[in-house]
Amino acid sequence: MTSPSGIAASEPAASDALIDVQNLRVAFSTPAGLARAVDGVSFSIAPGETVGMVGESGCGKTVTGLSLLRLIEPPGLIDPASRILFEGRDLLRLSEREIRRVRGRRIAMVFQEPMTALNPVFTVGDQIAEVVRVHEGASRRAAWQRAVEMLERVGLSSPAERAKQYPHQLSGGMRQRVLIGMALVMRPALLIADEPTTALDVTVQAQILELLRELQRDFGMAVLLITHDLGVIAETATRVLVMYGGEIVEQASMDELFANAHHPYTQGLLAAMPRVDDTRERLTTIPGTVPPPTAWPSGCRFRDRCPHAWDRTSREHPDLFVVSGSHTSRCFLAQEPERRRAVVAEQTE
Amino acid sequence: MSAGNGASAPPVGTVASPLLSLRGLVKHFPLTSGWFGASKGTMRALDGVSFDVARGETLGVVGESGCGKTTLGRTILRLTEPTAGEIRFDGVDIRALKGRELRTMRRRMQMIFQDPYASLNPRMTIGTTVKEGLLIHKIARGAQADHRVRQLLEEVGLRAEYAAQYPHEFSGGQRQRVGIARALAVEPSFIVCDEPVSALDVSVQAQVINLLRDLQQSHALTYLFIAHDLAVIRHMATRVAVMYLGRIVEFANVEDLYREPIMPYTQALLSAIPVPDPKTKRQRIVLAGEVPSAANPPSGCVFHPRCQHPAKDAACSRIVPPLEEKAPAHWAACFKQPPSGVSWESQQQAGATKMPERHLPLVSIRG
Repeated sequence: MTSPSGIAASEPAASDALIDVQNLRVAFSTPAGLARAVDGVSFSIAPGETVGMVGESGCGKTVTGLSLLRLIEPPGLIDPASRILFEGRDLLRLSEREIRRVRGRRIAMVFQEPMTALNPVFTVGDQIAEVVRVHEGASRRAAWQRAVEMLERVGLSSPAERAKQYPHQLSGGMRQRVLIGMALVMRPALLIADEPTTALDVTVQAQILELLRELQRDFGMAVLLITHDLGVIAETATRVLVMYGGEIVEQASMDELFANAHHPYTQGLLAAMPRVDDTRERLTTIPGTVPPPTAWPSGCRFRDRCPHAWDRTSREHPDLFVVSGSHTSRCFLAQEPERRRAVVAEQTE
Repeated sequence: MSAGNGASAPPVGTVASPLLSLRGLVKHFPLTSGWFGASKGTMRALDGVSFDVARGETLGVVGESGCGKTTLGRTILRLTEPTAGEIRFDGVDIRALKGRELRTMRRRMQMIFQDPYASLNPRMTIGTTVKEGLLIHKIARGAQADHRVRQLLEEVGLRAEYAAQYPHEFSGGQRQRVGIARALAVEPSFIVCDEPVSALDVSVQAQVINLLRDLQQSHALTYLFIAHDLAVIRHMATRVAVMYLGRIVEFANVEDLYREPIMPYTQALLSAIPVPDPKTKRQRIVLAGEVPSAANPPSGCVFHPRCQHPAKDAACSRIVPPLEEKAPAHWAACFKQPPSGVSWESQQQAGATKMPERHLPLVSIRG
């Protein structure tokens, strides 16, 4: 079914989705007021799919990832009207005990900072084995065996010896491999990877991205890859969600997004990135900075920084409009083809 | 076998009347532990670095963590004292300077730091921060100094009223602008920019890169621009030094380096960068392992354990490759990439089994 462009995108009836996030809102009460970090985010991920979530600091991407595991602590609060459907259940309505059986077993997470995500006083083998013992009640020996196998699977040489080492004895890249091993030892259906390579050197980043691709293929899991780096997205994801101001502002398949970015923010991000393969003298910039989540602008949240803003953008808050097929954009230009044509003509000049 | 002992190697990239000139710069940090700081060896952070920086250029220094690039910047400014070697700034040996002379020289050399959150004093208004240098160096005082501070803030794209505010009231990009204004205040001719944009968001990063370029033009500045990001380096640098484990392994003009990287490490580094364009299908060289410790660098070529050159053999672990001019004004440290002064005979004596051959895997990709 194809929707005509320009109409507000309806919530997809995602019955075949692995996870279906509906109208997720997360707020934190801060001294500066209520920070609406995630403000009405809806998306779904199919089994085995890799979805990239991209945005700058403060856009709500990390809080979205944490919410899927219900790892939001006071003063943060997930709006009780939000829904996160996963394997037929609403994660937000599970008891603490039930959610603990999902966490680490069906949905796992890899964090940015491999130094702080590991416990310094336990060996890495113990830390992976503990996951198996908690979730399966496996014996000490069987769990240890699984840990060693997993370390081998994530590419550590001499895994039996490595398992006996402590985090500080490993390099940054090895620690990230250990974390990936810990996340995947229960073969989860969904892996949330939040900036998994940001703290690593580029040559090590390349290794880790390769490893993630390979494990995803072999394990058939879905991945939500959260990153600020459109380059990392281009090399891994099949579908992309662009976040700005606590909202999804654009959603498209990866090829479509890079070929036909619609939202002025996405276009700005792509143009602002320095690239090894271009020789522009000056980079295109997005003026201003990301507004704080305590004070999203009224109307379109990007309007202060947008080169095309007009009076309507300050009066009304845009929906996600269909651009074409499954490509949606939170920009009124999708509704006003005349204006859009003028903007495009101006850009190509 | 010391075909290229870094400290005595001839300099690369020399220019007439350089603003900055390094010769055989060495910085070793002693590693100590336990009782009374028993020595456990040395960390060779810089192991013989020699090059010139021309007036008005941006010399990019790129490498991964632990390659010595930050130590290089700090040593040039004498924030750490070098173990050996020579640093000449505008012809003056700055290692010999003391007291007032050193202070005068420091006014001409400034630094912009990576972390705009950590490099500003949270208890000082940004006006006071920017003004400090004006007062210390007696450039201006009183109302004149305040006026100058307002000018500087506007020059870096901040509002003059911000002078009365504190760092926590600003975003990362704005703080980095304050750091730039502070550096500019003392009217330097040379600025070491140490990862000035790596902590910033993409949209803000581009603003700061453009600002640094504009200021370079308007103030006739010379930059030593340190970064791990080859894409950022491409936009900023005139010439580039690639560092690995305390040494320069490749040195070239920016266009030459990106068109035809010669050192296998540079090739891998370039190919590892994700390009935000799914249509660009590139060959990816995925290196094995990680950067070894500078406390215990590999013998011979420091890169040999991770190298993907098809002619890599036993000689690579025994002979230190000299930094040689492989093409006009393009130096690389690899005797498996011809031409090389390390003869095939001497390679064979060191156990070589594979003839050197040109290996340029990226050229075909970039068509």
